[in-house]
Parts: sequence; structure tokens; C-alpha cells
Amino acid sequence: MRRQWDVLAVISAGGVLGALARHAVSRAVPASPTGFPWGIFAVNATGCLLIGVLMALVAHVWPGRRLLRPFLGTGVLGGYTTFSAYTVDIVRLADAGAVAVAAAYLVGTLLVALPAVYGGMVVTRWLVRR
Amino acid sequence: MTVLLVALGAAVGAPLRYLVDRAVQARHDAVFPWGTLTVNVAGSFVLGLLTGGALAGAVPGSVTALLGTGFCGALTTYSTFGYETLKLVESGAFGQAFANVAVSVATGVAAAAAGYALAQPSFG
Repeated sequence: MRRQWDVLAVISAGGVLGALARHAVSRAVPASPTGFPWGIFAVNATGCLLIGVLMALVAHVWPGRRLLRPFLGTGVLGGYTTFSAYTVDIVRLADAGAVAVAAAYLVGTLLVALPAVYGGMVVTRWLVRR
Repeated sequence: MTVLLVALGAAVGAPLRYLVDRAVQARHDAVFPWGTLTVNVAGSFVLGLLTGGALAGAVPGSVTALLGTGFCGALTTYSTFGYETLKLVESGAFGQAFANVAVSVATGVAAAAAGYALAQPSFG
């Protein structure tokens, strides 16, 4: 635990950068009471794409850099993407009567974000091996 | 000011996610990502409380920025959830991958709804 302070510090710093980027996006694209939450949708989709890219780079281009994955993966992308705003927006939309929007948001995020991780990883692996 | 509160909350939320994940994953040998599930469900509950409380006028915007956008936003993660699901798929554990998605979404939404309902005046 004692030697982990540097890991915790880079995760914290990365988390701040990621959260500020997410905050900027949700300010630029504010959520309405019954509208599709495009801001957080875009954040989670792009964050998933980027973690796929990062994990391929960590494995094939930058192996052995101890603080890279904690900083960019756990910190920046972990702080940028969010699960709590996703679940709470589903509840908030359903409570406001926009059940169809809530359902579309629930399923739509999964259908875009999860394949985005795979896409980011596969395309990066392919580019690296060329 | 809001930006500072978001940064402060995230500075604590992100490393706490890492520590909780390490502690939870150290308690079992399974590959199932219980650690991320734990932070995502806990963060959903707390953000549900804050959002319900804010709608009821009981939680000021500064608290939402610090604990909601900053802390809960950084404590929970979609990218790690997605990556760990993909790892299960790549290792051939399709059932566990599906279970991770289904359980994360179902319990996350249920926790958010519980927090949201608890914070409404009619419940308090």
C-alpha cells in the first residue's frame, strides 16, 4: 500500500481532468427534463471508444509503463465516463413520464458504448501492426 | 466555483473507485468484475439521493457539483464497465459478460430509483 501513493495521485489527477471534460460537455449540451441526454451519451460512447484505443496501445506500443494505465484509463477515462448519471437520468426521465426516451437511452448507450470499446481496440491493434 | 467543486469531488471519487475495486477483487478468485459493479451501484444510489433532493429543493447546486458531478461522476465509470465486459467476451465467458451488463444496469437503475424516491418529500 505504501508504494501506491504515486498510483493514487495520478488516478486522482486524471480523474479531475476527466470529470472537468465531462462537466464541460454536459454544460455545452444541457439535459432537458424529458429529452434524450445526448451530452452524457456522447461522453460514455467516446470514453468507451478511447479505453479500447488505450488498452491496445498499452498492450502493443507502450508496455511496462507503470503509471500510464492508472493515469489515462482509471483516472482520465474513469473520471470522464460515468455510470451514475446514466442510471439516474433513466430514473429521472421515467419519473417525468418520458418512459420511451428512458428506455431508448438505456438500450442505446449499451448498443453504442460496448461495441465502441471493441471497435477502438480492434482498429488500434490493426493500425499498430501495419 | 462550480468547476472547483467538480474537481474536488473527482479528486476523491476516482482514487476511491480504485481502492474499492482492489479491496473487492481481493476478496474472491472469480473473474467477474464485482469491484466496478460495487462502485457503480453505490454511486447510482448516492446520485439518486442528490438528484431527488435537488428536485425537492433540499440540495443546493454547490452540493450537486461537489458530490454529484464530481464525486459520484468519478466514482462510477462506464469505460471500465465496457472494457471488463469486453474482456469477458474475449475470454469466451459470454454468460458472465451478459450477466455483468444485466446485473449492472438492473441494480444500478434500482439503486438510483431507491435514492431518488427516498429523497422525495413524500417519502421523508
